[in-house]
Amino acid sequence: MWEVMQKLRAPLLPGVVALALSTAYLIALLAAEKQPLIIGLLAFAVVAVLAAHYLGWLDLVSRSFADREDVLGVYAILAACVVAAFFHDNHFVLLLFVTVLLYTVATLGLNIQFGYAGVLNFAGASFFGIGAYASAVLSTYTAVPHLLVLLIGGMLAALIGSLLLLPVLRTRGHYAALVTIAFALLLKTFLEVNDVLGGPQGMQVKGMSILGWSFNDNFEIGKIEMSFYLNYFAVSMLLLTGTFVLVRRLERSWIGLNLDALRLDEIAASCFGLDIARWKITAFLLGNFLIGIAGALFGMVGGFVAPNNYTFADSLIMVSILLLGGIGNPWGLVVATFIVVVVPEKLQTIQEYRILLFALIVIMMLLFRPEGLLPRPVRRYFPGWRA
Amino acid sequence: MDVGLLAQYVMNGLMLGMMYTLVAVGFTLFFGVLDIIKFSHGDVLTVGAFTALATYIGLRSAGVGSTPLLLLAMLVVAIPAMAALGMLIARYLVMPLRSAPALNTLLITLMLGTVLRESVRLFYPQGANPKAFPALLPTASINLGQFNLRLDNALMLAAGVLAIVGLQLLLNRTKLGLAIRAVAQDEETARTMGVNFTAVVLITFAIGSALAAYAGIMNGLYYNEINFGMGLYLGVIGFAAAIIGGLGSIYGAILGGFLFAALQTIGTVALPFASAYKDVFAFTVVIALIAWRPTGLIQEKISERV
Repeated sequence: MWEVMQKLRAPLLPGVVALALSTAYLIALLAAEKQPLIIGLLAFAVVAVLAAHYLGWLDLVSRSFADREDVLGVYAILAACVVAAFFHDNHFVLLLFVTVLLYTVATLGLNIQFGYAGVLNFAGASFFGIGAYASAVLSTYTAVPHLLVLLIGGMLAALIGSLLLLPVLRTRGHYAALVTIAFALLLKTFLEVNDVLGGPQGMQVKGMSILGWSFNDNFEIGKIEMSFYLNYFAVSMLLLTGTFVLVRRLERSWIGLNLDALRLDEIAASCFGLDIARWKITAFLLGNFLIGIAGALFGMVGGFVAPNNYTFADSLIMVSILLLGGIGNPWGLVVATFIVVVVPEKLQTIQEYRILLFALIVIMMLLFRPEGLLPRPVRRYFPGWRA
Repeated sequence: MDVGLLAQYVMNGLMLGMMYTLVAVGFTLFFGVLDIIKFSHGDVLTVGAFTALATYIGLRSAGVGSTPLLLLAMLVVAIPAMAALGMLIARYLVMPLRSAPALNTLLITLMLGTVLRESVRLFYPQGANPKAFPALLPTASINLGQFNLRLDNALMLAAGVLAIVGLQLLLNRTKLGLAIRAVAQDEETARTMGVNFTAVVLITFAIGSALAAYAGIMNGLYYNEINFGMGLYLGVIGFAAAIIGGLGSIYGAILGGFLFAALQTIGTVALPFASAYKDVFAFTVVIALIAWRPTGLIQEKISERV
């Protein structure tokens, strides 16, 4: 039986080819400087993806990813390292890349809340900001080791998030949404008027350093000068890998099953003896913890925090990523984060219009393809099983 | 505290409460007919205020100098325009998603609000900066000790009361109102009794959005300044007010609106910290009240919310 199922597993090749092509494309896009070339590349990607979809190749790729996730995950890490190595002396591209990685961690946290437990959170950027401000305050006023700062950033986000637990637990749907929106507005105003936290001008954040290894210095391997952002890339990649594995394991475990049941039908779930409040709290706190860690590291990467970077509009961008990727599908999130973060940075003309644009795209998605670009597949209870 | 000063605070609170009420009534109306929350409501208010301002600037540059005429033109342009916008939103964004999960309706109205807000910021000339709003009402005032009763405030308050009373009469004394209440109570039964469901929903959205435009103009006249983010704040406060009072009831919206304004005024006056924290205080109160009474003070008979 087991061997038969092993044979039924989809081939690895389509996934590897897709990964290689995406890596090459990503390098080309990130390296492109001239606007017409960038527009051309983006148009090419849209046409290529549509064509692949039409020919049924995308289906092969997604099956390959579903069946051989562990191997392809390792290859994906390698691919990310290849991209980083290619741009080893390019500060701007590496910063962009690190931003994508950390935003992915944050949206993975949001994904636990929205995608699995169905707990709404429209203050994602606020919790991200709490992490960033935590690292700003701790690195300026104290000598707490920086790895610990990340942890504290996450815990602080979870702790402040727990203040919202009571209203979020007592309400559902629109009402929980209102609570988090009110919190997003509250936090931004608070940061703006609080002088200790720098007011509207924000604060400087010291760069990371672990055991005397200062992250903000360029270094050399052999005779080749490396950008200091490679340090941050390494840490962010570790964080992302850890988070991704955690989220994936969580989803497959009985915890994930409980969360799914909770989201799909609360009353039925509680009839089967699930403790609704317990799982909602778990999902909300864990999600905020992950967002907070990503925020703390992002604060150090950027070297600067200000209230205007953590507004309600930024939270909506995070939710757009979630919707675009397909709620509940971590792989979809990675793709969507790349699109949402990289495209406006490269395509300067739409930078100013990005919030408007993504809001419009989400409206279109909701009307015509509500399940997202890469919908979450049906839960697989054993390998080779297909709905 | 001096009686005059107290009266001044009461007056300010009443003005705020009137604006919150006008917004909250919109939320209650939409929730009544479709059981949805339209998060873009506040941003419709913003667009209404900016439409009025654009009308004013256009007419001024065309040489119209008469203040009452200008004010009338602003109302006549902005209110029907927002009513139409509300109908479009209902017809093309909200109604197609009726059978979809509630999250989708929530997201689509939230994103639409963002589209409206960002459009004002990006496409209105220098929309990112606050805009001066003309003071078109007579500013004569009566001084009673420390209390300074301004005629424009009194007029606005009266206009607000008029709008609410008008709405109340419309809902309770007309055939249209009967239809709206019937749909709110039971959609299917209303349909079988020959109520044109789509028309009723569209008209309700038109009324609610018209009230938002009205509140937007009122807000501009009161503060003499509007900005692209005002609707988001007023929307959240209005929604909170509607919840505090109890969604689905006009009286609840009125109660909630004035209660919220009262809390905010008391907070600003009585609490020791600087008035810079007044918005922080307001939103803390929103969160605390929802934690305390998720179903509102005037409760619905059947609640699907908690």
